[in-house]
Amino acid sequence: MSSGKNSVMERTAQDASRMNADVRLSVEQVSYAYSPNPSQAPIFTLEATSFQVKPGEIVAILGPNASGKSTVLKLVAGALQPLSGRILLNGFETHSMDPRTRAQRIAMVQQESQLLFPARVWEFVLQGRHPHGKSLRFETENDVQIAKNALGQVGAHHLMDRWMDQISGGEKQRVILARALAQQPVLLLLDEPTLHLDIGAQVDFLHTLRKLTATNKYAVVIVTHELNLAGEYADQVALMQKGKCLRVGTPASVYQRDLLEQVFQTQLTVESRVNGRPRVNVLERNEEPK
Amino acid sequence: MQPLTLGKVAVRCGILAAILFVVVVIALKFGAVPVSLYGLAKDLIGVLIGRSSEISSEYGMIIREIRLPRIALGIFVGASLSVAGTSFQALLRNPLADPYVLGVSYGAAVGAILAIIVEPHLALRPEIAVVFTPLGGFIGATLTIAGVYLLGRQRGEIDSKTLLLSGVIAGSFFGAIILLLITMLPSSSTRGIAYWLMGDLSTPMAPILGWVLRTGFFAGFALIYLTASDLNLLLAGEKEAMHLGVDVRKVQFVVYLAASVLTGLAVSVSGSIGYVGLIVPHVMRMIFGSDYRMLLPAAAFGGAIAVVIADTIARTIAAPSELGVGAVTAIVGAPLFIYLLRRRLA
Repeated sequence: MSSGKNSVMERTAQDASRMNADVRLSVEQVSYAYSPNPSQAPIFTLEATSFQVKPGEIVAILGPNASGKSTVLKLVAGALQPLSGRILLNGFETHSMDPRTRAQRIAMVQQESQLLFPARVWEFVLQGRHPHGKSLRFETENDVQIAKNALGQVGAHHLMDRWMDQISGGEKQRVILARALAQQPVLLLLDEPTLHLDIGAQVDFLHTLRKLTATNKYAVVIVTHELNLAGEYADQVALMQKGKCLRVGTPASVYQRDLLEQVFQTQLTVESRVNGRPRVNVLERNEEPK
Repeated sequence: MQPLTLGKVAVRCGILAAILFVVVVIALKFGAVPVSLYGLAKDLIGVLIGRSSEISSEYGMIIREIRLPRIALGIFVGASLSVAGTSFQALLRNPLADPYVLGVSYGAAVGAILAIIVEPHLALRPEIAVVFTPLGGFIGATLTIAGVYLLGRQRGEIDSKTLLLSGVIAGSFFGAIILLLITMLPSSSTRGIAYWLMGDLSTPMAPILGWVLRTGFFAGFALIYLTASDLNLLLAGEKEAMHLGVDVRKVQFVVYLAASVLTGLAVSVSGSIGYVGLIVPHVMRMIFGSDYRMLLPAAAFGGAIAVVIADTIARTIAAPSELGVGAVTAIVGAPLFIYLLRRRLA
């Protein structure tokens, strides 16, 4: 694509986002194909996927294993380049941003890699200031304040001087979230953030996330296969199966029994709770639905 | 919460520089001709702060022409190896990575030996002849690192385990080549080669080489130090670093290149001095923590101190004959390494 054409596209994109200031992240007809080497046919394809996220809104990408939800998250994060379509964050394509700018706007919470050398919690959270620093990035008083604030916001202020490998899974997940907050992003991405947490810690974590999203007006995309947690905490869900985005909408509208049974290959029932949110019960193989 | 500041780094570097100075003075004292420790320190400070350009004439010649150049060489070789090792450890996310584990010393030795073999057959001008063997060593070292890098990549990404294994294999392959070359050589030239394999700082060096070594060290160190904060994040993993704004490919390329040049330069003038790039960063980490903004300069000073001490032991312990400095670092380094490894696993 010539640069002239590119800049025209960017301009129209910015115009579009200005016209609809409500939308922060716009995923437009995005597709992707993965093949281990270029001469082979792709072994995984993502068909055209679209959804939008507003500030203060949580969108959950939901689906069984290998449905393509992590691929969508990587595309949104700008780590992969879409085969077609585009992903705009405040009017700019996430993939074409330089890494530093991208990290100032997008923060990712993922399963943490094993730490090679021990680090204190505060050191870990300060890493979130990296994209905002200059050259050698010696942290300023301001950076320290922001990091302390971030720890406070996730309710982990007391962990500050502990070692990262000596806190519980739930505490660690909060600290990782605090590092993401320290980046002061506009878009927050979370990859299976509750995977290794017990149920109490899961609810705690998502409750904190819900509150922070509302106060700080983050746009949030969260990948999970926890139907009930997504149903409870997400404003919208995008249901994926085998590289296809089947439906996008409120949990109540997407959680149809037939649809979920077909996607997750198991018998289940869906009931509506008093707060209007759906509740899914998985049935035993030979159990009759009520 | 007490983040690292530039001031803290400067103070600690000052302390390390003072220790290096003391070590240098003590190293200067040792040798066949006795000199006074106090007079030495005073003279050296005088030269360093520009008060006088002369070291006392009674022992000036020995200090200036023989002991000081050798110590200066040790300082730059040690600092280069240690900084290179520290960098490779971050790049490969492996605390056991080190220039020698990557097979570089053997590659350099093959290059140098080939240069020794072909040199008599080429009618080289004298100014080229003096740098011919080190040049062969440098080319051998850099080609080895490049080859190991290419072998250790999978789908464009560095795979740390494959890379380390490639280095070990390359090392044993080149080791066999060296044995083959040695059997083909006349016995008169094998002594030089033996020194290459044991590490040697005693051979007088052409002034141009000293200049290249110093410039190369400062340039390589500066390049690596500028990425220090990126390396901190790379230690946490490539994906994490990317999401925190590190241009991972660029940093990996720049640091790998700079660390390779540092290794190549050091090996090409000193032969193989093992364990410096492994032990020194380890010890510095235990003292100063693993923030690369502090660790890199600390490793540079630590490497310099370690090699100067090792070389002093090498030339005095069996005086008047000399031990290879690489033999000293290996004799001290290997058990220390095993100890650190066991401690880590425990």
